[in-house]
Amino acid sequence: MSETERKNEINRRQFLGNMLKTACGVGLVGLGLGAYSKRASTMPANYIRPPGALPEEDFLGACIRCGLCVRDCPYDILFLGEVGDEVATGTPYFIARTGPCEMCEDIPCVVACPTNALDHDLKDIEDSRMGLAVLIDQENCIAFHGLRCEVCFNVCPIRNRAISLDMQHNTRSGKHALFIPVVHSEACTGCGLCERACILEEAAIKVFPMHLAKGELGKHYRLGWKEKEKAGKALVTPDTEHRYNLPEGVRYDLQGEGLIIEGEAEETPFSSNPLDTLNSGFMDK
Amino acid sequence: MLDMKTLGNDAIAEKGWFKAHKFLIMRRLSQLGILALFLTGPWLGIWIVKGNLASNLTLDVLPLTDPYVLLQASLSGVVPETAAIIGVVIVLVFYFLVGGRVYCSWVCPVNMVTDLAAWLRRKLGIRTTSQLSRSTRYWMLALTLILPLVVTGGIIWELVNPVSMMFRGIVFGMGAAWVMVLGIFLFDLIVAKDGWCGHICPVGAFYNLIGSKSLLRVNALQRQACNDCMECYVICPEPQVIKPALKGEEKGVSPVILSSDCTNCGRCIDICAKDVFSYGGRYSKTTEVYKRKGEINQGVQA
Repeated sequence: MSETERKNEINRRQFLGNMLKTACGVGLVGLGLGAYSKRASTMPANYIRPPGALPEEDFLGACIRCGLCVRDCPYDILFLGEVGDEVATGTPYFIARTGPCEMCEDIPCVVACPTNALDHDLKDIEDSRMGLAVLIDQENCIAFHGLRCEVCFNVCPIRNRAISLDMQHNTRSGKHALFIPVVHSEACTGCGLCERACILEEAAIKVFPMHLAKGELGKHYRLGWKEKEKAGKALVTPDTEHRYNLPEGVRYDLQGEGLIIEGEAEETPFSSNPLDTLNSGFMDK
Repeated sequence: MLDMKTLGNDAIAEKGWFKAHKFLIMRRLSQLGILALFLTGPWLGIWIVKGNLASNLTLDVLPLTDPYVLLQASLSGVVPETAAIIGVVIVLVFYFLVGGRVYCSWVCPVNMVTDLAAWLRRKLGIRTTSQLSRSTRYWMLALTLILPLVVTGGIIWELVNPVSMMFRGIVFGMGAAWVMVLGIFLFDLIVAKDGWCGHICPVGAFYNLIGSKSLLRVNALQRQACNDCMECYVICPEPQVIKPALKGEEKGVSPVILSSDCTNCGRCIDICAKDVFSYGGRYSKTTEVYKRKGEINQGVQA
Protein backbone atom coordinates (compact mmCIF):
# COMPACT_ATOMS: atom_id res chain seq x y z
CA MET A 1 0.00 0.00 0.00
CA SER A 2 2.65 2.48 1.08
CA GLU A 3 4.70 1.49 -1.93
CA THR A 4 1.99 2.38 -4.41
CA GLU A 5 1.39 5.62 -2.59
CA ARG A 6 5.03 6.56 -2.92
CA LYS A 7 4.99 5.65 -6.58
CA ASN A 8 2.00 7.88 -7.18
CA GLU A 9 3.65 10.74 -5.36
CA ILE A 10 6.91 10.41 -7.17
CA ASN A 11 5.91 9.76 -10.72
CA ARG A 12 3.63 12.42 -12.07
CA ARG A 13 3.96 11.07 -15.59
CA GLN A 14 2.72 7.69 -14.47
CA PHE A 15 -0.16 9.30 -12.60
CA LEU A 16 -1.26 11.29 -15.64
CA GLY A 17 -0.80 8.23 -17.84
CA ASN A 18 -3.01 6.13 -15.59
CA MET A 19 -5.63 8.81 -15.49
CA LEU A 20 -5.64 9.05 -19.27
CA LYS A 21 -5.94 5.27 -19.51
CA THR A 22 -8.93 5.26 -17.17
CA ALA A 23 -10.58 8.13 -19.01
CA CYS A 24 -10.13 6.39 -22.37
CA GLY A 25 -11.45 3.12 -21.01
CA VAL A 26 -14.50 4.76 -19.53
CA GLY A 27 -14.97 6.73 -22.74
CA LEU A 28 -15.04 3.49 -24.72
CA VAL A 29 -17.58 2.07 -22.29
CA GLY A 30 -19.64 5.20 -22.95
CA LEU A 31 -19.50 4.72 -26.70
CA GLY A 32 -20.55 1.11 -26.28
CA LEU A 33 -23.41 2.09 -24.03
CA GLY A 34 -24.56 4.77 -26.47
CA ALA A 35 -24.58 2.29 -29.34
CA TYR A 36 -26.29 -0.34 -27.22
CA SER A 37 -28.98 2.10 -26.16
CA LYS A 38 -29.96 2.61 -29.79
CA ARG A 39 -30.54 -1.11 -30.19
CA ALA A 40 -32.16 -1.48 -26.81
CA SER A 41 -34.74 1.21 -27.45
CA THR A 42 -36.48 -0.69 -30.24
CA MET A 43 -39.63 -2.49 -29.31
CA PRO A 44 -41.74 -5.20 -30.99
CA ALA A 45 -44.97 -3.91 -32.55
CA ASN A 46 -47.17 -5.91 -30.18
CA TYR A 47 -45.59 -4.49 -27.00
CA ILE A 48 -47.81 -1.65 -25.81
CA ARG A 49 -46.85 0.91 -23.14
CA PRO A 50 -49.28 1.58 -20.25
CA PRO A 51 -51.78 4.47 -20.46
CA GLY A 52 -50.32 7.96 -20.33
CA ALA A 53 -46.84 6.83 -21.41
CA LEU A 54 -44.82 9.69 -22.85
CA PRO A 55 -43.57 9.41 -26.45
CA GLU A 56 -41.07 6.53 -26.46
CA GLU A 57 -37.86 8.58 -26.39
CA ASP A 58 -39.04 10.74 -23.50
CA PHE A 59 -40.47 7.70 -21.78
CA LEU A 60 -37.10 5.94 -21.76
CA GLY A 61 -35.59 9.00 -20.10
CA ALA A 62 -38.35 9.35 -17.55
CA CYS A 63 -39.07 5.76 -16.53
CA ILE A 64 -36.87 4.73 -13.60
CA ARG A 65 -37.87 1.06 -13.94
CA CYS A 66 -39.34 0.80 -10.44
CA GLY A 67 -42.29 -1.41 -11.38
CA LEU A 68 -44.80 0.47 -9.23
CA CYS A 69 -47.22 0.62 -12.20
CA VAL A 70 -46.92 -3.15 -12.54
CA ARG A 71 -47.75 -3.61 -8.87
CA ASP A 72 -50.73 -1.26 -8.90
CA CYS A 73 -52.39 -2.70 -12.02
CA PRO A 74 -55.43 -4.55 -10.63
CA TYR A 75 -55.55 -6.86 -13.66
CA ASP A 76 -51.83 -7.73 -13.58
CA ILE A 77 -51.40 -7.12 -17.29
CA LEU A 78 -48.14 -5.18 -17.07
CA PHE A 79 -44.68 -6.72 -17.32
CA LEU A 80 -41.23 -5.25 -16.82
CA GLY A 81 -38.82 -5.96 -19.67
CA GLU A 82 -36.26 -8.53 -18.60
CA VAL A 83 -32.71 -8.72 -19.88
CA GLY A 84 -32.93 -10.47 -23.23
CA ASP A 85 -36.46 -9.24 -23.93
CA GLU A 86 -36.82 -7.05 -26.99
CA VAL A 87 -37.71 -4.03 -24.88
CA ALA A 88 -35.62 -1.62 -22.80
CA THR A 89 -34.69 -3.48 -19.61
CA GLY A 90 -37.01 -2.85 -16.70
CA THR A 91 -39.60 -0.78 -18.61
CA PRO A 92 -43.31 -1.71 -18.43
CA TYR A 93 -45.43 -3.02 -21.32
CA PHE A 94 -48.44 -5.17 -22.00
CA ILE A 95 -49.45 -7.51 -24.81
CA ALA A 96 -53.00 -6.88 -25.96
CA ARG A 97 -53.75 -10.35 -27.30
CA THR A 98 -53.10 -12.02 -23.94
CA GLY A 99 -53.71 -9.21 -21.48
CA PRO A 100 -55.23 -5.96 -22.71
CA CYS A 101 -55.70 -2.79 -20.65
CA GLU A 102 -59.06 -2.91 -18.88
CA MET A 103 -59.25 0.92 -18.81
CA CYS A 104 -59.73 1.50 -15.04
CA GLU A 105 -61.44 4.82 -14.43
CA ASP A 106 -58.98 5.82 -11.68
CA ILE A 107 -55.94 4.79 -13.80
CA PRO A 108 -53.93 3.34 -10.85
CA CYS A 109 -50.82 2.68 -12.94
CA VAL A 110 -50.49 6.38 -13.78
CA VAL A 111 -51.13 7.41 -10.17
CA ALA A 112 -48.37 5.02 -9.03
CA CYS A 113 -45.72 6.43 -11.39
CA PRO A 114 -43.25 8.52 -9.37
CA THR A 115 -41.68 10.31 -12.33
CA ASN A 116 -44.41 11.29 -14.80
CA ALA A 117 -43.15 8.74 -17.31
CA LEU A 118 -46.85 7.90 -17.22
CA ASP A 119 -48.23 11.40 -17.55
CA HIS A 120 -50.17 12.47 -14.46
CA ASP A 121 -52.08 14.99 -16.59
CA LEU A 122 -54.06 12.04 -17.92
CA LYS A 123 -57.24 12.17 -15.84
CA ASP A 124 -59.73 10.48 -18.15
CA ILE A 125 -58.75 7.03 -19.38
CA GLU A 126 -60.70 7.68 -22.60
CA ASP A 127 -58.12 10.35 -23.45
CA SER A 128 -55.26 7.85 -23.34
CA ARG A 129 -53.63 6.77 -26.58
CA MET A 130 -51.70 3.60 -25.83
CA GLY A 131 -51.80 2.64 -29.46
CA LEU A 132 -54.38 2.29 -32.19
CA ALA A 133 -56.46 -0.72 -33.17
CA VAL A 134 -56.11 -1.59 -36.85
CA LEU A 135 -58.27 -4.10 -38.68
CA ILE A 136 -55.20 -5.30 -40.40
CA ASP A 137 -56.33 -8.57 -42.01
CA GLN A 138 -59.40 -7.85 -44.10
CA GLU A 139 -59.03 -11.14 -45.97
CA ASN A 140 -59.57 -13.31 -42.89
CA CYS A 141 -61.87 -11.10 -40.80
CA ILE A 142 -65.13 -13.02 -41.14
CA ALA A 143 -67.18 -9.82 -41.35
CA PHE A 144 -65.75 -9.37 -44.85
CA HIS A 145 -67.14 -12.78 -45.78
CA GLY A 146 -70.60 -11.63 -44.84
CA LEU A 147 -70.67 -13.53 -41.54
CA ARG A 148 -72.11 -11.89 -38.44
CA CYS A 149 -69.43 -11.48 -35.75
CA GLU A 150 -69.07 -7.90 -34.45
CA VAL A 151 -67.26 -9.17 -31.34
CA CYS A 152 -64.67 -6.38 -31.54
CA PHE A 153 -67.45 -3.83 -31.89
CA ASN A 154 -69.29 -5.23 -28.86
CA VAL A 155 -66.32 -5.54 -26.46
CA CYS A 156 -65.02 -2.06 -27.23
CA PRO A 157 -65.34 0.05 -24.07
CA ILE A 158 -65.97 3.11 -26.22
CA ARG A 159 -68.68 1.29 -28.11
CA ASN A 160 -69.78 2.66 -31.45
CA ARG A 161 -67.31 5.55 -31.27
CA ALA A 162 -63.92 3.83 -31.37
CA ILE A 163 -65.27 1.00 -33.53
CA SER A 164 -68.41 1.46 -35.59
CA LEU A 165 -70.09 -0.90 -38.04
CA ASP A 166 -70.24 0.13 -41.66
CA MET A 167 -73.02 -1.69 -43.51
CA GLN A 168 -72.16 -2.57 -47.07
CA HIS A 169 -73.85 -4.59 -49.78
CA ASN A 170 -72.90 -8.26 -49.91
CA THR A 171 -72.14 -8.77 -53.59
CA ARG A 172 -71.62 -12.53 -53.13
CA SER A 173 -75.13 -13.35 -51.93
CA GLY A 174 -76.65 -10.33 -53.58
CA LYS A 175 -79.21 -9.85 -50.84
CA HIS A 176 -77.36 -9.56 -47.53
CA ALA A 177 -75.30 -6.91 -45.77
CA LEU A 178 -71.66 -6.94 -44.64
CA PHE A 179 -71.18 -5.53 -41.12
CA ILE A 180 -67.69 -4.10 -41.48
CA PRO A 181 -65.97 -2.88 -38.28
CA VAL A 182 -64.28 0.49 -38.73
CA VAL A 183 -61.83 1.93 -36.17
CA HIS A 184 -61.86 5.66 -35.50
CA SER A 185 -58.57 7.06 -34.25
CA GLU A 186 -60.24 10.06 -32.61
CA ALA A 187 -61.83 7.74 -30.02
CA CYS A 188 -59.71 4.55 -29.92
CA THR A 189 -57.43 4.37 -26.84
CA GLY A 190 -55.50 1.32 -27.99
CA CYS A 191 -56.56 -0.70 -24.95
CA GLY A 192 -56.53 -3.90 -27.00
CA LEU A 193 -59.76 -5.43 -25.71
CA CYS A 194 -60.82 -5.93 -29.33
CA GLU A 195 -57.58 -7.71 -30.16
CA ARG A 196 -58.00 -10.16 -27.29
CA ALA A 197 -61.64 -10.76 -28.20
CA CYS A 198 -61.07 -11.39 -31.93
CA ILE A 199 -62.38 -14.89 -32.59
CA LEU A 200 -59.75 -15.81 -35.19
CA GLU A 201 -56.78 -18.04 -34.38
CA GLU A 202 -54.61 -15.01 -35.05
CA ALA A 203 -56.40 -11.72 -34.44
CA ALA A 204 -57.48 -9.81 -37.54
CA ILE A 205 -57.73 -6.60 -35.50
CA LYS A 206 -54.53 -5.63 -33.70
CA VAL A 207 -53.29 -2.75 -31.61
CA PHE A 208 -50.10 -1.13 -32.83
CA PRO A 209 -48.05 1.71 -31.38
CA MET A 210 -49.35 4.98 -32.82
CA HIS A 211 -46.31 5.60 -35.01
CA LEU A 212 -46.81 2.25 -36.74
CA ALA A 213 -50.58 2.46 -37.06
CA LYS A 214 -50.96 5.99 -38.37
CA GLY A 215 -50.16 7.44 -41.75
CA GLU A 216 -49.33 11.09 -42.03
CA LEU A 217 -50.24 13.59 -44.70
CA GLY A 218 -47.36 15.65 -46.11
CA LYS A 219 -46.93 18.85 -44.10
CA HIS A 220 -47.52 20.98 -47.21
CA TYR A 221 -50.75 19.21 -48.04
CA ARG A 222 -54.04 21.20 -47.83
CA LEU A 223 -57.51 19.87 -48.43
CA GLY A 224 -59.25 22.61 -50.42
CA TRP A 225 -62.73 22.09 -49.05
CA LYS A 226 -61.51 22.09 -45.46
CA GLU A 227 -59.49 25.25 -45.96
CA LYS A 228 -62.54 26.84 -47.54
CA GLU A 229 -64.62 25.89 -44.50
CA LYS A 230 -61.99 27.26 -42.14
CA ALA A 231 -61.69 30.56 -44.01
CA GLY A 232 -65.46 30.79 -44.56
CA LYS A 233 -64.91 31.63 -48.22
CA ALA A 234 -63.19 30.34 -51.32
CA LEU A 235 -59.46 30.86 -51.14
CA VAL A 236 -58.88 30.92 -54.91
CA THR A 237 -60.39 33.47 -57.34
CA PRO A 238 -63.48 31.91 -58.90
CA ASP A 239 -63.17 31.11 -62.61
CA THR A 240 -64.49 33.89 -64.86
CA GLU A 241 -67.30 32.67 -67.04
CA HIS A 242 -65.93 31.59 -70.41
CA ARG A 243 -67.16 33.48 -73.42
CA TYR A 244 -67.31 31.64 -76.74
CA ASN A 245 -66.97 33.61 -79.90
CA LEU A 246 -69.87 31.95 -81.75
CA PRO A 247 -72.13 33.12 -84.62
CA GLU A 248 -75.46 34.56 -83.63
CA GLY A 249 -78.07 32.06 -82.62
CA VAL A 250 -75.53 29.41 -81.61
CA ARG A 251 -74.39 28.65 -78.04
CA TYR A 252 -72.15 26.11 -76.39
CA ASP A 253 -73.21 23.88 -73.53
CA LEU A 254 -71.16 20.79 -72.60
CA GLN A 255 -73.92 19.05 -70.68
CA GLY A 256 -76.39 19.81 -73.46
CA GLU A 257 -73.77 18.08 -75.66
CA GLY A 258 -71.96 20.75 -77.58
CA LEU A 259 -73.08 23.39 -79.98
CA ILE A 260 -76.71 24.26 -79.77
CA ILE A 261 -78.34 26.26 -82.53
CA GLU A 262 -81.06 28.41 -81.06
CA GLY A 263 -84.47 27.96 -82.74
CA GLU A 264 -83.27 24.70 -84.37
CA ALA A 265 -85.99 22.79 -82.59
CA GLU A 266 -88.72 24.67 -84.48
CA GLU A 267 -87.10 24.06 -87.86
CA THR A 268 -87.18 20.29 -87.57
CA PRO A 269 -89.48 18.57 -90.10
CA PHE A 270 -90.72 16.25 -87.38
CA SER A 271 -93.40 17.13 -84.93
CA SER A 272 -92.53 16.85 -81.26
CA ASN A 273 -95.50 14.52 -80.93
CA PRO A 274 -94.54 11.08 -82.34
CA LEU A 275 -98.24 10.38 -83.12
CA ASP A 276 -98.13 13.14 -85.75
CA THR A 277 -95.36 11.31 -87.54
CA LEU A 278 -97.18 7.97 -87.36
CA ASN A 279 -100.42 9.52 -88.50
CA SER A 280 -98.84 11.55 -91.31
CA GLY A 281 -98.89 8.59 -93.80
CA PHE A 282 -102.46 7.90 -92.98
CA MET A 283 -103.27 11.55 -93.54
CA ASP A 284 -101.54 11.46 -97.00
CA LYS A 285 -103.87 8.69 -98.16
CA MET B 1 3.27 -13.77 5.27
CA LEU B 2 -0.35 -13.79 6.35
CA ASP B 3 -1.92 -17.23 5.98
CA MET B 4 -5.30 -17.04 4.24
CA LYS B 5 -6.29 -20.42 5.66
CA THR B 6 -6.14 -19.20 9.24
CA LEU B 7 -7.73 -15.82 8.53
CA GLY B 8 -10.13 -14.98 11.33
CA ASN B 9 -9.10 -17.89 13.57
CA ASP B 10 -7.63 -15.58 16.20
CA ALA B 11 -10.85 -13.63 16.44
CA ILE B 12 -12.91 -16.82 16.74
CA ALA B 13 -10.59 -18.16 19.42
CA GLU B 14 -10.68 -14.88 21.33
CA LYS B 15 -14.37 -13.88 20.95
CA GLY B 16 -16.19 -17.03 19.82
CA TRP B 17 -17.57 -17.74 16.32
CA PHE B 18 -20.73 -15.70 16.72
CA LYS B 19 -19.04 -12.50 17.89
CA ALA B 20 -16.40 -12.90 15.20
CA HIS B 21 -19.17 -12.92 12.56
CA LYS B 22 -21.65 -10.59 14.24
CA PHE B 23 -21.77 -7.83 11.63
CA LEU B 24 -21.47 -10.25 8.73
CA ILE B 25 -24.61 -12.01 9.96
CA MET B 26 -26.38 -8.71 10.54
CA ARG B 27 -25.50 -7.51 7.05
CA ARG B 28 -26.80 -10.69 5.47
CA LEU B 29 -29.99 -10.39 7.51
CA SER B 30 -30.33 -6.79 6.35
CA GLN B 31 -29.72 -7.60 2.67
CA LEU B 32 -32.00 -10.64 2.63
CA GLY B 33 -34.56 -8.96 4.88
CA ILE B 34 -34.90 -6.03 2.49
CA LEU B 35 -35.40 -8.46 -0.39
CA ALA B 36 -37.94 -10.37 1.69
CA LEU B 37 -39.96 -7.19 2.31
CA PHE B 38 -40.30 -6.79 -1.47
CA LEU B 39 -41.00 -10.49 -2.07
CA THR B 40 -43.81 -11.19 0.42
CA GLY B 41 -46.15 -9.37 -1.98
CA PRO B 42 -45.55 -11.30 -5.20
CA TRP B 43 -44.89 -14.59 -3.41
CA LEU B 44 -47.40 -14.64 -0.56
CA GLY B 45 -49.80 -11.83 -1.41
CA ILE B 46 -48.79 -9.87 1.69
CA TRP B 47 -47.84 -6.42 0.40
CA ILE B 48 -45.29 -4.68 2.57
CA VAL B 49 -43.13 -2.88 0.05
CA LYS B 50 -44.09 -2.39 -3.60
CA GLY B 51 -41.66 -1.56 -6.39
CA ASN B 52 -37.91 -2.02 -6.20
CA LEU B 53 -34.84 -0.12 -5.04
CA ALA B 54 -35.27 2.50 -7.80
CA SER B 55 -38.53 3.64 -6.22
CA ASN B 56 -40.91 1.97 -3.83
CA LEU B 57 -43.81 2.42 -1.50
CA THR B 58 -43.92 0.86 1.98
CA LEU B 59 -47.35 -0.05 3.36
CA ASP B 60 -48.88 2.40 0.87
CA VAL B 61 -47.54 5.41 2.82
CA LEU B 62 -43.76 5.67 2.87
CA PRO B 63 -42.23 6.51 -0.52
CA LEU B 64 -38.50 5.92 -1.05
CA THR B 65 -36.67 6.76 -4.25
CA ASP B 66 -33.09 6.15 -5.30
CA PRO B 67 -31.51 9.60 -5.72
CA TYR B 68 -28.99 8.28 -8.26
CA VAL B 69 -31.63 6.88 -10.60
CA LEU B 70 -33.83 9.94 -10.20
CA LEU B 71 -30.87 12.21 -10.92
CA GLN B 72 -30.28 10.35 -14.19
CA ALA B 73 -33.96 10.74 -15.07
CA SER B 74 -33.93 14.43 -14.17
CA LEU B 75 -30.88 14.97 -16.38
CA SER B 76 -32.83 13.54 -19.29
CA GLY B 77 -35.49 16.15 -18.60
CA VAL B 78 -38.02 14.68 -16.19
CA VAL B 79 -39.95 16.59 -13.57
CA PRO B 80 -40.60 14.03 -10.82
CA GLU B 81 -43.79 13.71 -8.78
CA THR B 82 -43.92 14.92 -5.16
CA ALA B 83 -43.80 11.36 -3.84
CA ALA B 84 -40.51 10.80 -5.63
CA ILE B 85 -39.03 14.03 -4.26
CA ILE B 86 -40.08 13.16 -0.69
CA GLY B 87 -38.66 9.67 -1.23
CA VAL B 88 -35.34 11.05 -2.40
CA VAL B 89 -35.06 13.45 0.54
CA ILE B 90 -35.68 10.65 3.07
CA VAL B 91 -33.05 8.45 1.42
CA LEU B 92 -30.52 11.28 1.23
CA VAL B 93 -30.95 12.20 4.90
CA PHE B 94 -30.66 8.55 5.95
CA TYR B 95 -27.42 7.93 4.06
CA PHE B 96 -26.03 11.30 5.07
CA LEU B 97 -26.38 10.15 8.67
CA VAL B 98 -25.27 6.51 8.47
CA GLY B 99 -22.78 6.73 5.61
CA GLY B 100 -23.53 6.51 1.91
CA ARG B 101 -21.80 3.25 1.33
CA VAL B 102 -23.95 1.56 3.94
CA TYR B 103 -26.06 1.09 0.81
CA CYS B 104 -23.26 -1.02 -0.64
CA SER B 105 -22.62 -3.26 2.35
CA TRP B 106 -26.04 -3.48 4.00
CA VAL B 107 -28.57 -3.12 1.15
CA CYS B 108 -27.16 -3.87 -2.30
CA PRO B 109 -27.74 -7.49 -3.37
CA VAL B 110 -24.60 -7.48 -5.54
CA ASN B 111 -22.58 -7.28 -2.31
CA MET B 112 -23.46 -10.90 -1.57
CA VAL B 113 -22.07 -11.90 -4.96
CA THR B 114 -18.84 -9.94 -4.64
CA ASP B 115 -18.38 -11.07 -1.03
CA LEU B 116 -18.69 -14.66 -2.21
CA ALA B 117 -16.09 -13.98 -4.90
CA ALA B 118 -13.75 -12.37 -2.35
CA TRP B 119 -14.21 -15.30 0.05
CA LEU B 120 -13.44 -17.79 -2.74
CA ARG B 121 -10.37 -15.78 -3.73
CA ARG B 122 -9.05 -16.16 -0.22
CA LYS B 123 -9.90 -19.87 -0.04
CA LEU B 124 -8.41 -20.63 -3.47
CA GLY B 125 -5.46 -18.31 -3.00
CA ILE B 126 -6.13 -16.28 -6.14
CA ARG B 127 -3.87 -13.26 -6.00
CA THR B 128 -4.44 -11.41 -9.26
CA THR B 129 -4.27 -7.65 -8.86
CA SER B 130 -6.09 -5.22 -11.07
CA GLN B 131 -4.59 -2.41 -13.10
CA LEU B 132 -7.77 -0.45 -12.51
CA SER B 133 -7.62 2.66 -10.41
CA ARG B 134 -10.12 3.00 -7.59
CA SER B 135 -11.03 6.36 -9.10
CA THR B 136 -12.44 4.59 -12.18
CA ARG B 137 -15.82 4.56 -10.44
CA TYR B 138 -15.96 8.35 -10.41
CA TRP B 139 -15.26 8.44 -14.13
CA MET B 140 -18.03 5.90 -14.55
CA LEU B 141 -20.32 8.04 -12.41
CA ALA B 142 -19.56 11.08 -14.56
CA LEU B 143 -20.18 9.03 -17.69
CA THR B 144 -23.57 7.79 -16.48
CA LEU B 145 -24.61 11.35 -15.70
CA ILE B 146 -23.39 12.76 -19.00
CA LEU B 147 -25.01 10.07 -21.18
CA PRO B 148 -28.62 11.15 -20.47
CA LEU B 149 -27.63 14.65 -21.56
CA VAL B 150 -26.00 13.78 -24.86
CA VAL B 151 -27.71 10.57 -26.04
CA THR B 152 -31.40 10.57 -26.78
CA GLY B 153 -33.27 7.64 -25.35
CA GLY B 154 -32.84 8.44 -21.73
CA ILE B 155 -31.37 6.69 -18.75
CA ILE B 156 -28.72 4.73 -20.57
CA TRP B 157 -26.98 3.34 -17.49
CA GLU B 158 -30.17 1.70 -16.27
CA LEU B 159 -30.17 -0.47 -19.39
CA VAL B 160 -27.14 -2.31 -18.03
CA ASN B 161 -26.82 -1.36 -14.33
CA PRO B 162 -26.21 -4.73 -12.65
CA VAL B 163 -27.16 -3.35 -9.23
CA SER B 164 -30.70 -2.40 -10.17
CA MET B 165 -30.91 -5.34 -12.56
CA MET B 166 -30.16 -7.92 -9.90
CA PHE B 167 -32.62 -6.54 -7.38
CA ARG B 168 -35.34 -6.04 -9.99
CA GLY B 169 -34.55 -9.47 -11.37
CA ILE B 170 -35.18 -11.14 -8.03
CA VAL B 171 -38.39 -9.20 -7.38
CA PHE B 172 -39.86 -9.02 -10.90
CA GLY B 173 -38.16 -11.71 -12.99
CA MET B 174 -34.54 -12.27 -13.86
CA GLY B 175 -34.49 -12.92 -17.60
CA ALA B 176 -30.87 -13.08 -18.68
CA ALA B 177 -29.71 -10.69 -15.92
CA TRP B 178 -27.97 -13.59 -14.18
CA VAL B 179 -25.34 -13.36 -16.94
CA MET B 180 -24.41 -9.89 -15.67
CA VAL B 181 -24.29 -11.15 -12.09
CA LEU B 182 -22.16 -14.11 -13.10
CA GLY B 183 -19.92 -11.72 -15.04
CA ILE B 184 -19.34 -9.60 -11.95
CA PHE B 185 -18.68 -12.70 -9.86
CA LEU B 186 -16.07 -14.00 -12.28
CA PHE B 187 -14.51 -10.54 -12.68
CA ASP B 188 -14.12 -10.21 -8.92
CA LEU B 189 -12.96 -13.80 -8.56
CA ILE B 190 -10.41 -13.99 -11.33
CA VAL B 191 -9.56 -10.55 -12.69
CA ALA B 192 -9.47 -8.07 -9.83
CA LYS B 193 -9.89 -8.12 -6.06
CA ASP B 194 -12.93 -6.03 -5.14
CA GLY B 195 -13.05 -5.23 -8.85
CA TRP B 196 -16.69 -4.25 -9.24
CA CYS B 197 -17.65 -2.64 -5.92
CA GLY B 198 -14.26 -1.13 -5.17
CA HIS B 199 -13.27 0.12 -8.60
CA ILE B 200 -16.05 0.38 -11.19
CA CYS B 201 -19.55 0.62 -9.74
CA PRO B 202 -20.89 4.19 -10.22
CA VAL B 203 -23.77 3.50 -7.83
CA GLY B 204 -21.26 3.02 -5.03
CA ALA B 205 -19.39 6.12 -6.15
CA PHE B 206 -22.59 8.16 -5.96
CA TYR B 207 -23.43 6.92 -2.46
CA ASN B 208 -19.83 7.49 -1.50
CA LEU B 209 -20.27 11.19 -2.30
CA ILE B 210 -23.61 11.42 -0.47
CA GLY B 211 -22.07 10.02 2.69
CA SER B 212 -18.75 11.80 2.53
CA LYS B 213 -19.56 13.71 5.74
CA SER B 214 -21.66 11.03 7.38
CA LEU B 215 -22.04 10.89 11.14
CA LEU B 216 -21.77 7.14 11.68
CA ARG B 217 -18.16 6.00 11.25
CA VAL B 218 -15.98 3.07 12.17
CA ASN B 219 -13.09 4.03 14.43
CA ALA B 220 -9.93 2.44 15.74
CA LEU B 221 -10.24 3.83 19.25
CA GLN B 222 -8.28 0.95 20.75
CA ARG B 223 -5.52 1.24 18.18
CA GLN B 224 -2.89 0.85 20.86
CA ALA B 225 -4.06 -2.74 21.21
CA CYS B 226 -3.27 -3.50 17.54
CA ASN B 227 -0.92 -6.47 17.22
CA ASP B 228 -0.21 -5.91 13.52
CA CYS B 229 -1.84 -9.18 12.44
CA MET B 230 -2.90 -7.39 9.21
CA GLU B 231 -6.14 -9.34 8.99
CA CYS B 232 -8.31 -6.21 8.84
CA TYR B 233 -6.44 -5.11 5.70
CA VAL B 234 -7.11 -8.47 4.08
CA ILE B 235 -10.79 -8.63 4.90
CA CYS B 236 -11.55 -4.95 4.15
CA PRO B 237 -12.98 -4.25 0.68
CA GLU B 238 -11.46 -0.74 0.78
CA PRO B 239 -8.23 -1.36 2.76
CA GLN B 240 -6.79 2.07 1.97
CA VAL B 241 -9.19 3.61 4.50
CA ILE B 242 -7.80 1.77 7.53
CA LYS B 243 -4.19 2.88 7.73
CA PRO B 244 -4.60 6.58 8.57
CA ALA B 245 -6.86 5.81 11.52
CA LEU B 246 -5.10 2.67 12.74
CA LYS B 247 -1.51 3.84 12.38
CA GLY B 248 -1.96 7.60 12.66
CA GLU B 249 -1.38 7.94 16.36
CA GLU B 250 2.15 9.30 16.06
CA LYS B 251 1.08 11.84 13.49
CA GLY B 252 -1.84 12.84 15.68
CA VAL B 253 -4.40 11.59 13.17
CA SER B 254 -7.89 10.89 14.53
CA PRO B 255 -8.68 7.20 15.13
CA VAL B 256 -11.98 7.72 13.29
CA ILE B 257 -11.99 6.29 9.76
CA LEU B 258 -12.96 9.39 7.82
CA SER B 259 -12.61 8.21 4.23
CA SER B 260 -16.01 7.97 2.61
CA ASP B 261 -14.76 4.89 0.72
CA CYS B 262 -15.38 3.01 3.98
CA THR B 263 -18.61 1.03 3.60
CA ASN B 264 -19.32 0.82 7.35
CA CYS B 265 -19.60 -2.94 6.92
CA GLY B 266 -17.97 -3.85 10.21
CA ARG B 267 -15.78 -6.62 8.78
CA CYS B 268 -12.76 -5.14 10.57
CA ILE B 269 -14.68 -5.11 13.86
CA ASP B 270 -15.56 -8.78 13.40
CA ILE B 271 -12.11 -9.98 12.44
CA CYS B 272 -10.05 -8.08 15.00
CA ALA B 273 -9.16 -10.33 17.92
CA LYS B 274 -8.06 -7.29 19.93
CA ASP B 275 -11.31 -5.31 19.50
CA VAL B 276 -9.46 -2.36 18.08
CA PHE B 277 -12.40 -1.21 15.94
CA SER B 278 -15.90 -0.13 16.85
CA TYR B 279 -18.77 1.93 15.42
CA GLY B 280 -18.98 5.49 16.63
CA GLY B 281 -19.82 9.03 15.73
CA ARG B 282 -17.77 11.17 13.43
CA TYR B 283 -17.31 13.86 16.07
CA SER B 284 -17.57 11.48 18.99
CA LYS B 285 -16.25 12.67 22.33
CA THR B 286 -14.75 9.24 22.91
CA THR B 287 -11.95 10.40 20.66
CA GLU B 288 -10.93 13.01 23.22
CA VAL B 289 -11.54 10.60 26.08
CA TYR B 290 -9.23 8.18 24.38
CA LYS B 291 -6.56 10.82 23.95
CA ARG B 292 -6.71 11.73 27.61
CA LYS B 293 -6.58 8.06 28.58
CA GLY B 294 -3.52 7.69 26.42
CA GLU B 295 -1.79 10.60 28.17
CA ILE B 296 -2.64 9.18 31.60
CA ASN B 297 -1.29 5.77 30.59
CA GLN B 298 1.91 7.36 29.41
CA GLY B 299 2.14 9.26 32.69
CA VAL B 300 1.72 6.05 34.66
CA GLN B 301 4.42 4.33 32.64
CA ALA B 302 6.79 7.24 33.17
